Amino acid sequence: MGRKCIHCGADCGTNPVIWDEMPFCCHGCKTVYQILNEKKLDKYYEIQPMSGVKIENVNLGNKYAYLDNNEIADKLIEFSDGGVSRVSLYIPSIHCASCIWLLENLRTLNNGILQSMVNFPKKKVSITYKPSEISLRQLVELLASIHYIPEITLDQLEDKKNKKTDRKLISKIGVAGFSLLNVMAYNFPEYLPGKEHLSTEFVKFFGWMSILLSIPVVFYSASDYYQSAIKGLKHKIINIDVPISLGIFTLFIQSFYDIFLGQGIGYLDSLVGLVFFLLIGKWYQTKTYNALSFDRNYKSYFPIAITIIKSDLSEEIISMSKLKVGNEIIIRNQELIPADSILISDTANIDYSFVTGESIPVGKKRGEVIYAGGRQVGPAIRLKVEKTVEQSYLTQLWNQDSEKNINSNLDSVINKVSNYFTIVILTIASIAGIYWWLSDPSIALFAFTSVLIIACPCALALTIPFTFGNTMRVFGKAGFYIKNTSVIEGLHKIDTIVFDKTGTITHSKSMKAVFVGDKLSKNSLLLIKSLVSQSAHPLSLSIAASIHGNSQAMVENFQEIPSMGITGVVNGVRVNIGSRKFVTGKEDENPNETRVYVFIKDHILGYFKIENKYRSGLDKVVKSLKLKYNLYLISGDNESEKTNLKQIFGDETKLFFNQSPTDKKVFIRKLKEEGRRVMMIGDGLNDAGALLESDVGITIADDVYQFSPACDGIIESSSFYKLHKYLKFINYSMNIVRISFILSFIYNIVGISFAVSGHMTPLLAAVLMPVSSVSVVAFVTFFIRFKGKSLKK
Amino acid sequence: MSVIIILVLIGVVVAGGFLVAFIWAVKSGQYDDIQSPAVRILYDNKEFSENVTESTTEEDKIDNN
Repeated sequence: MGRKCIHCGADCGTNPVIWDEMPFCCHGCKTVYQILNEKKLDKYYEIQPMSGVKIENVNLGNKYAYLDNNEIADKLIEFSDGGVSRVSLYIPSIHCASCIWLLENLRTLNNGILQSMVNFPKKKVSITYKPSEISLRQLVELLASIHYIPEITLDQLEDKKNKKTDRKLISKIGVAGFSLLNVMAYNFPEYLPGKEHLSTEFVKFFGWMSILLSIPVVFYSASDYYQSAIKGLKHKIINIDVPISLGIFTLFIQSFYDIFLGQGIGYLDSLVGLVFFLLIGKWYQTKTYNALSFDRNYKSYFPIAITIIKSDLSEEIISMSKLKVGNEIIIRNQELIPADSILISDTANIDYSFVTGESIPVGKKRGEVIYAGGRQVGPAIRLKVEKTVEQSYLTQLWNQDSEKNINSNLDSVINKVSNYFTIVILTIASIAGIYWWLSDPSIALFAFTSVLIIACPCALALTIPFTFGNTMRVFGKAGFYIKNTSVIEGLHKIDTIVFDKTGTITHSKSMKAVFVGDKLSKNSLLLIKSLVSQSAHPLSLSIAASIHGNSQAMVENFQEIPSMGITGVVNGVRVNIGSRKFVTGKEDENPNETRVYVFIKDHILGYFKIENKYRSGLDKVVKSLKLKYNLYLISGDNESEKTNLKQIFGDETKLFFNQSPTDKKVFIRKLKEEGRRVMMIGDGLNDAGALLESDVGITIADDVYQFSPACDGIIESSSFYKLHKYLKFINYSMNIVRISFILSFIYNIVGISFAVSGHMTPLLAAVLMPVSSVSVVAFVTFFIRFKGKSLKK
Repeated sequence: MSVIIILVLIGVVVAGGFLVAFIWAVKSGQYDDIQSPAVRILYDNKEFSENVTESTTEEDKIDNN
């Protein structure tokens, strides 16, 4: 193997680009190195060696020209005053300490930049600059030139900041923690031998201090629980927050009563401790992947501006929201088509990989309709807009809101348990109250309240946040990122799994090329390889990859004819490679197969059959999942792979081909109507509707920070082979939850037996409550983490 | 009034001061990103600018020694 690129660490191959005696894998990497070296920012390579971002070809052209449009720029700029502006840009490629260092030293690269600050978890950089010295466009282009390409989308412009809630929770924990430590100190003397020597003056003072400090905890820190309880009751559901609220108020009123009458110190330390633990559990559960986006809609994909041609033939850049039906637009190489349009130029070469996962570009002729989401490959084309962005075929698919998020909370395990729990506890409390009222009325009320106090569902309420919170973390480390903890319950319930084909169980970028015909001579292979190496077309790349060896021959008169093929003179021999029509002059005979024909010198040698390359481990995943789930495969592709897939999936599973995005969505809906719980695994935008429709939608992504439709979870494509392990782990987590529920019921039975017999004391409450909470948390954390290690492999 | 009561009151006031400081820190956004500051602190605070030439960086080195 060759040397590693100094910039990005990729293998340099046999022909590294050498500069300053350093090897680079490509000119892109070398350029960044030059820029940084020139500005004495080479420390970038010391902090974390070879951590640069690799982009072979940064050809910006006019890509960011729209940033010169003030209206668009104003939406991006957060703040502008006195010749200084600030902008926050999302840069998905931020990944290490070196990135932070370089981006925070941006001012070295341009004097107009005053300050830059990285928010690592959100992968954002906030830059303060002087617009008089560097324009927003130049700033973005500067970032792109060092391979930190900001992602600017429609969605971000309308982004509402919702980090406030996170901060509130931390403040609430702070208040509860403050009160807890103080109240515990005041109550501590009560639990020591010889407490009877404490003067009543002290007891009273400590009691009132405790009340004072627990007021903010009861009315501020715990306020969310009351709101949620009331909300639940309005919908006629007894959720876990109902018994919690009940417990908190009983504790507070009983303690207030005790202290007011000078009967004792009450249970305020237990109360404050309870709220504190609950909030910690809540905080633990709210851990989210800030930089990942699970709620993307079409707006996250589309550019924010577009070039239109006005009636006087001049070009203008307008923001996407102003695009109207009838506008003539220009789409340049690699740009996305934002709305369904009709082609005005003669030909176009549209790559729908973004939409269908299919990486082979499709040729289009004048007058044909091109759907939004396609990407032009090749020279700029002109189009006439037929439908608005919102009404285009694909965008409509996921515009409908899904209702599943609302439903998922209603039937969760914890709500079912708390329903029974609350009823049982109230019954026991009432029976104890009535019993004592008949035999000894003086402690009847006390017996009633002590049951409510000691049966507080703290341990119960902590089980789910910590089990699922830990599961989520374990998954995150193993390459499976889920949106929130309720997805775990959803995954547990599924009985049907629907796979998409292209990009999901096959690689979207690489394909296998198999030659059909007489065995090619060494010389022919050399000629073919030399010619296809000139082209960046996905089919050329896969043919090039299928031929071993590195030697190259001279290619003259190279020509690439879009959607037809390539031609050239290699070592003096004419070579044509391309579609059947291009090479043989006859129409395609088998539309179910992708074939690339080869013509050398004077005759046709045969063709390359292009096959999908399945993800490694697919056999194992399917074999394991088949035992427990109904498997379906639903593909937008033709049936060419049917025999291969039959072997993998077996006959009993159903395979569907030629399915449109809408078909996929309807298919999922039908399964759901049959009472199935469906998990959909897909990748492209064509699956977006189906992903939303399913109970749990999982996306497979090569790069988890980019390009994933709205979903409940994202699996790194390199971790696909672990899919069945993830689902097994979910079952394990649910078992841990069950055991932990049993554990907390045992604590409750012990506590309640004291309470009903009228023997509850503040000391008992102060010991039993934290012990039960901490032991449950420790139990679930240990077992999930321990088992989680096996997932990483 | 016993001295303990005074001490307890002082204790609450001091701790309350820290609580206020904590809430201020949360509100001013110091807990929004707890990863990058941890890395940032490790870098030299050396100023980079266009004016920095070979000679000045060498002077810096001498100063540091």
